[in-house]
Amino acid sequence: MSIKIVRGYPEYMREHIEAVEKTRDKRLKETFPLMRLEEREEILKKFHPDYKEEAKRPVKVGPNKGDRMPHEVVDLLESHPLVEPEDIDLSKVDFDIDVLIIGGGGAGMTAALWANYSGIDAENIIIVQKLRLGDSNSIMSQGGIQAADKPNDSPALHYLDVIGGGHFANDRELARRLVLDAPQMIKWHEELGVIYDKETDGTMITIHGGGTCRKRMHSARDYTGLEIVRNLKDEIINKNIQVLEFTSAVDLLTDENKQVAGAVLYNMETQEYYVAKAKSTVLTTGGFGRLHIQGFQTTNHYGATADGIVMAYRAGAKLRDMDAVQYHPTGAAYPEQIVGLLVTEKVRGLGAQPVNKNGEQFVYPREPRDVEASAIIRECYERNNGIETPTGMRGVWLDSPMIEILQGEGTIEKKIPAMLRQYKRFDIDITQDPMLVFPTLHFQNGGIIIKENAETPVKGLFAAGEVTGGTHGKNRLMGNSILDYSVFGRIVGINAAKHANNASIGKLTLDHLTKYEKMLKEAGVETNRKAPILLPEYREEKVLSRALDIF
Amino acid sequence: MSEVKQGEKEVRVYIMGREYKVPAGLTIMKAMEYAGYRFVRSCGCRGGFCGACATVYRVKGDYKLKMALACQETVEDGMYISQIPFTPAEKPVYNLEELSPSPNVILEYYPEIAKCVSCNTCTKACPQDLEVMNYVQAALRGDFQEAATLSFDCLTCGLCAIRCPTEIVPYNIALLARRLYGKYVIPKANHVEERIKEIESGKFDEEIQKLMETSVDRIKEIYEKREIEPE
Repeated sequence: MSIKIVRGYPEYMREHIEAVEKTRDKRLKETFPLMRLEEREEILKKFHPDYKEEAKRPVKVGPNKGDRMPHEVVDLLESHPLVEPEDIDLSKVDFDIDVLIIGGGGAGMTAALWANYSGIDAENIIIVQKLRLGDSNSIMSQGGIQAADKPNDSPALHYLDVIGGGHFANDRELARRLVLDAPQMIKWHEELGVIYDKETDGTMITIHGGGTCRKRMHSARDYTGLEIVRNLKDEIINKNIQVLEFTSAVDLLTDENKQVAGAVLYNMETQEYYVAKAKSTVLTTGGFGRLHIQGFQTTNHYGATADGIVMAYRAGAKLRDMDAVQYHPTGAAYPEQIVGLLVTEKVRGLGAQPVNKNGEQFVYPREPRDVEASAIIRECYERNNGIETPTGMRGVWLDSPMIEILQGEGTIEKKIPAMLRQYKRFDIDITQDPMLVFPTLHFQNGGIIIKENAETPVKGLFAAGEVTGGTHGKNRLMGNSILDYSVFGRIVGINAAKHANNASIGKLTLDHLTKYEKMLKEAGVETNRKAPILLPEYREEKVLSRALDIF
Repeated sequence: MSEVKQGEKEVRVYIMGREYKVPAGLTIMKAMEYAGYRFVRSCGCRGGFCGACATVYRVKGDYKLKMALACQETVEDGMYISQIPFTPAEKPVYNLEELSPSPNVILEYYPEIAKCVSCNTCTKACPQDLEVMNYVQAALRGDFQEAATLSFDCLTCGLCAIRCPTEIVPYNIALLARRLYGKYVIPKANHVEERIKEIESGKFDEEIQKLMETSVDRIKEIYEKREIEPE
């Protein structure tokens, strides 16, 4: 069977595109109404993947014993360490430093710079990064960063949006810090040379995101993350901060006073291990998209495998909201080559509406992400109003040509060039035709519990960014993740530096791993699984089933 | 979990010269994984935003070497594929605070830029289809706005530098040009500065404190009643 492709889309989809075109004029004049809070709750319960009880189970060991989390997460928490304590010679310390930062994305780089600004010499800071410096979800973030810095806005309104989007389950102190520090992080970015979209007089061009009551999304085309990350990366290099690329942390180190004291590192290429002793250890390892929870495709980068969660948990850190998984409403559903990749929320911010196969609107375009995603799932599966792709996936249209009509011709090329380019590579012109979308696994809403100063309850251990929980409650809003890693990256850098000035580390141990193994045994967990997994496995079964471990 | 759904058709690709049959329609990245490669290098965001998977290929019957991102390019029958995991290009260290947006700065850190022969090889190498030569020329004459605008979508994959016959490093030059432009040329946002002063003076503290102490039921009401700024 071969399918005829017309301007990038299978011929049969053209008929549905015509339906979208037919209703466009009418839709330009009307927007589907916002849901009330009760309606939101109802649709979430029925359609959001988080509410599928069979997709979760209680974890049997550790600080969160009894808490229900996705199987994929519990599997990692109920795994053996990658290293046996007796195989690691802790008497030989390879790196003896003040601040060890595990994870070189936005949070890690921001932390390193602020630790350095706070007086820690570059040679006493190490960033461990399992891919290249900057390879992270941070670099992929497209839509923007929120900050309440316009005259008609206020941090209090931003705060309301944050906790409303998070189902009022947020850590209120973290949410307050997030909104109050937002404008100063934008200013810091400006000083670094980050080029935000601005009017000629310097006024920020800001738009709405899902769940915002004011237009406070600052962006840099749809390469916002890229633009910030390449500035941070350049600064890390200019400051001579040590970076160990293609090196993973595989478990934390502790000392006899039960404080975290660095980590066991592993060179991904030579397979050699190193002992890194540190007065402050900072986890900025990001999230868990590559666990493909409930089989979902993901927008996340290759290394998003929840390593930090696993290591912190074994060292005694507590987690929260690990059952709250963010599915971004609009992942690409077609073409096959880019399925699951992000279609930025900025597309809706600029005016594009989600539309079903009959050309009808079925949801307000910018509900909070979990609500918007649930509405798309309902449209595709309960109401059967989705469009099926040649591989059997379903999706709805995101009517991107509306942007050109609403905001003027050329807006797409100017404001969302990454989207234009990505679809053009597969012969689809999104200025003329809509994009087919379906929710995709995007963000870890929960994570390690921290205080407002980015400390975990475990002495010597700090965390910031996606690896932490609380700031966003059960659901993060668009534009608050760059903000999160900026605000708490700065705070963690300052506080890790402060802690390092007063801390002293005793005799290094891996006793917490031995203890954890004992807990697993007592809880009756019998498994061959090992974690952290470091990278996902995408080789085909036919190869894996015949692979020999002989070289 | 496999990211590949098996297609009906197969194509023949040559990964670093070694032949494999893979389903048609896969990206180069997924085709390599299908063949059994597990990436440590040359794989980053998998979405066209990081430049980790810079790839050189040639299709049988054609003498031309082409450049692509492995995560964004579909395999073709007879494709010879090799990746460039790292570009050992020059990235001088500088203190941006001490620089100014003048053409001399670019020449000081990247003197080889003056050797550009306008051959346009860099432009042909760019997997983002940027006008690389034009932004190099703009940086050379000190037009930072033009250099920043033309280079803005650069993923720093390094392919332009690998191809340049005069050893220029376009992507790092662009980075310096953009940072100078962003820091020194574009006006700062006054409203950001003003809001910071208000926050520092404690203007919002009481209001937020009150919200923090409000019960969930009451705050739900406040949330639902908040005014939404029109389009």
